[in-house]
Amino acid sequence: MDTLASIDKAKESDSTGVSNAAKKNALISFFMVSPSVILLLVWMIIPLGMTIYFSMMNYNLLSPEDTWFVGWENFEYFITDDGFASGVTNTLILVGSVLLITVVFGILISVLVNIPFWGQGIVRVMLISPFFIMPTVNALVWKNLLLHPVSGVFAAISVFFGYEPIDWFSDYPLTAIVIIVSWQWLPFAVLLLMTAMQSLDQEQQEAARLDGASSLDVFRHLTLPHLSRAIAVVVMIETIFLLSIFAEIFTTTGGGPGYETTNLAYLIYSQALLQYDVGMASAGGLIAVILANIAAFFLVRIVGKNLTDNT
Amino acid sequence: MLLTLKQQRRLHTVAMGALAWLVALLIFFPIFWMILTSFKTEIEAFATPPSLFFTPTLENYITINERSDYFHFAWNSVVISFTSTIIGMLIAVPAAYSMAFFETKRTNFTLQWMLSTKMLPPVGVLVPIYLLFKDFHLLDSKTGLIIIYTLINLPIMVWMAYTYFKEVPKDILEAARIDGANMLQEIWRILLPMTKGGLASTVLLSLILSWNEAFWSLNLTAYNAAPLTSLIASYSSPEGLFWAKLSAVSTLACAPILIFGWISQKQLVRGLSFGAVK
Amino acid sequence: MKSKLLISSLVALGFTSFLPNAYAANTTLTIGTVNNGDMVRMQGLASAFEETHPNIDLEWVVLEENVLRQRLTTDIATKGGQFDVMTIGLYEAPIWGKKGWLTEINNLPADYDFDDIFPAVSEGLSVDGKLFALPFYAESSMTYYRKDLFKKYNLTMPNQPTWDQMMEFAKVLHKPAENQFGICLRGKAGWGENMALLTTIANSFGARWFDENWKPEFDGKEWNNAVNFYVDLLNKYGPPGASSNGFNENLALFNSAKCAMWVDATVAGAFLTDESQSKVANEIGFALAPSQVTTKGAGWLWSWALAVPKTSDAKPEALEFITWATSKGYSELVASTNGIANMPPGVRASTYANKDYMMAAPFAAKTLESMQNADANDATLKPAPYTGVQFAAIPEFQAIATKVGTLVSGALVGSMTVEDALKKSQKLTTRQMKRARYYKK
Repeated sequence: MDTLASIDKAKESDSTGVSNAAKKNALISFFMVSPSVILLLVWMIIPLGMTIYFSMMNYNLLSPEDTWFVGWENFEYFITDDGFASGVTNTLILVGSVLLITVVFGILISVLVNIPFWGQGIVRVMLISPFFIMPTVNALVWKNLLLHPVSGVFAAISVFFGYEPIDWFSDYPLTAIVIIVSWQWLPFAVLLLMTAMQSLDQEQQEAARLDGASSLDVFRHLTLPHLSRAIAVVVMIETIFLLSIFAEIFTTTGGGPGYETTNLAYLIYSQALLQYDVGMASAGGLIAVILANIAAFFLVRIVGKNLTDNT
Repeated sequence: MLLTLKQQRRLHTVAMGALAWLVALLIFFPIFWMILTSFKTEIEAFATPPSLFFTPTLENYITINERSDYFHFAWNSVVISFTSTIIGMLIAVPAAYSMAFFETKRTNFTLQWMLSTKMLPPVGVLVPIYLLFKDFHLLDSKTGLIIIYTLINLPIMVWMAYTYFKEVPKDILEAARIDGANMLQEIWRILLPMTKGGLASTVLLSLILSWNEAFWSLNLTAYNAAPLTSLIASYSSPEGLFWAKLSAVSTLACAPILIFGWISQKQLVRGLSFGAVK
Repeated sequence: MKSKLLISSLVALGFTSFLPNAYAANTTLTIGTVNNGDMVRMQGLASAFEETHPNIDLEWVVLEENVLRQRLTTDIATKGGQFDVMTIGLYEAPIWGKKGWLTEINNLPADYDFDDIFPAVSEGLSVDGKLFALPFYAESSMTYYRKDLFKKYNLTMPNQPTWDQMMEFAKVLHKPAENQFGICLRGKAGWGENMALLTTIANSFGARWFDENWKPEFDGKEWNNAVNFYVDLLNKYGPPGASSNGFNENLALFNSAKCAMWVDATVAGAFLTDESQSKVANEIGFALAPSQVTTKGAGWLWSWALAVPKTSDAKPEALEFITWATSKGYSELVASTNGIANMPPGVRASTYANKDYMMAAPFAAKTLESMQNADANDATLKPAPYTGVQFAAIPEFQAIATKVGTLVSGALVGSMTVEDALKKSQKLTTRQMKRARYYKK
């Protein structure tokens, strides 16, 4: 009887001990996370607040005295612009294509460089090198030194093989931009995936191979699931950056020909910033946020679970 | 065709290595071309067909040295990028640790919310931020840029650190805790060394993002706090031939980062510790 | 341990950036300028100014034209006060002057010889007789052609050809198989890029941007003729990739002997005749920019000028600097340091009266003639409510013309018809002008 009672008593004190520990954990986690949350909250609210405010005002930098409330007019004007539909579509095409290219090739390359070989270090640095260069410089190098139909390297190679050089920025402007941006962002995917490969258990792979699994099987059933979290991170982060690609378009095509390479960020620039219309720039910014949220919503459905999974 | 298993393996490794080299060279080619161009004269840079062999010249580098104060801009870049990265990591690592090992119902939401703070395109919010900075006397100051870069890179750092922390099996940390380690020791002695590669990648990424950030650095600085992006912009698209000089200044600007890239990829060592646990 | 030390020292250093700058006894002037050759030269020679003014330190912000314009406008409109000297053009000067953002310039010293400056330029920088900026250099546009090719094909370039004649010449001179293209013209989209050229073409075809009621005239036959001609000419006898070629790309093409003709800024003359960067330096011929139904508005008018914003905290020093940089003494300094042909062009009559200059700069005579023909107040066949040859000096113009420029480049590559591009241009311009409240209800 005594022992039972003492066991019960022990359990009781133990459970309070456990819940105390849980409380302590919650408290710790709260304090560890709050600095970042508070900072980001401030960083989000203040610009967002100002943007919402300005988006409803007629505020042009060139005539700051003429500022008054106009409600939805800025939004309406922005959406009814000729280039709006193209802006949205091009944004989505750009983001989608670059995501596809960088993720697929990122996975393949990170698997490729995982096994030690001679010069692995140098190869790794070369693979992430495009990320070191400023986007504007990248764009200029690609536009003038590589893709130019008269004096570019691609043109010289085409001529060498007897083909007419492709006039990239006239005939395939969006493709040219996709190429430039993919090249710039591939290293990001490679870096993250390469690092994630480090924690892949070699022994499991060995065991599977000895059991007769082919390389493809190992890839599909061991490597890919292991990388799923990193892939989710790559997709989410790249999407956020790619949605507001601006420098490459500004430097190479100026959104043209026509509206073929105009994305939302560039539309905000050409519609609003070029005439210093802060009201409309703010309205455009908010529309971009809405589009980004929609994109994020779908993405989270597709890859979000992999993020917090305990694989 | 009767190769031993060992020989087959060797061949496989060599073939994969060669393929890796090929891919890396292809990806590196535009940069190689840019560096090559930096040693050409302007008219050579635009020659048809583009020349692989030519008389190299240092005139572009000399011009840059005479015309601009490289070290002023480089120093600004170093201070801004490193400070914002260090501050960012100091804030991000605890947050990522907590979210990875003390997961709550709100963790997923918090992560996604953090990323959503980056949804507003900078073009749309330029004037509000400019006005804010003006009122707080942060225009053309390294402090101002450090603040902005810390804030815009914080979500990325949290996400990446979180990703790599999640790879670490909880039992290792449990084992340490049972052995009597407190939280700080847990993090410092066990977690950080195990995620060395991941954290190195995070630091490198944040450095690069700050180093190459060209929108805020151009719009919020004049001369005092102007980083290397400003130097590059001054050689970009003037009236007249400029590609050779631009290539040269860009090579100079990314040289420091290249060194850090080398250092950080050296941290990508196989996780031997994982095997040790098993 | 070492890395710990490194990190902590870096953090400490980083925190020193939080300390306020030690206040120097000197005045610092922050100068925002374009990265064109003449300005870079000014930056290099500014040490001469610093020597004679030991209490003034100069700091430079050098950017590409469009980026600089945006940076400076953001600063001056929000009263940011980041700059003491701004490099602005004929487009901004009257707009900003009218808004009272610029310091008025008067009391120039006698030896500055203000009357030496071309009236078209100084008037373009003034509002109601008040001067708001001092011109650094000015330009018009003209026709460049290869004398050797013209000789080879027995062609003669008149002093001012018509665009029809240019089409004829281009046809003969276009030999793409030999990498020789009949004519190179700007195709890159932008209000200061393709639209600058296209506006002058339109002017010569008798068009104007807006009628007296500020309605755009893209639906008229003059614009139709002009744009169709431009697209036709470039597609038939221009180089590949023309739609992304701006000033620099065309310069590079011409310098490497790939263009037979080129119509662009008069400042190109200095680059084209420079042997260190041009393969055809000795074969350059010069003519006026082409006319068509009228000679009005054929050559554009542009000037880069130095101004002092009202928000500057060092106005007297800034004014002193800009007076120095646009003075005769400065021109002479350039002549003695960089060669007489590199004197800032297009501003002073005395430059063109200088026989040594005219001898050393083969492009000078036609530059002078082009500058004298350019009249910002009389650039269109039909009267126009705006001033400006290749632009309309209204704040809305920049955004409108850039968008029209992208539509025109779309027509150039064939992704839309000229008619379609003009229709869209008409629509967006009307829309924009309406929003800017130009039309009384």
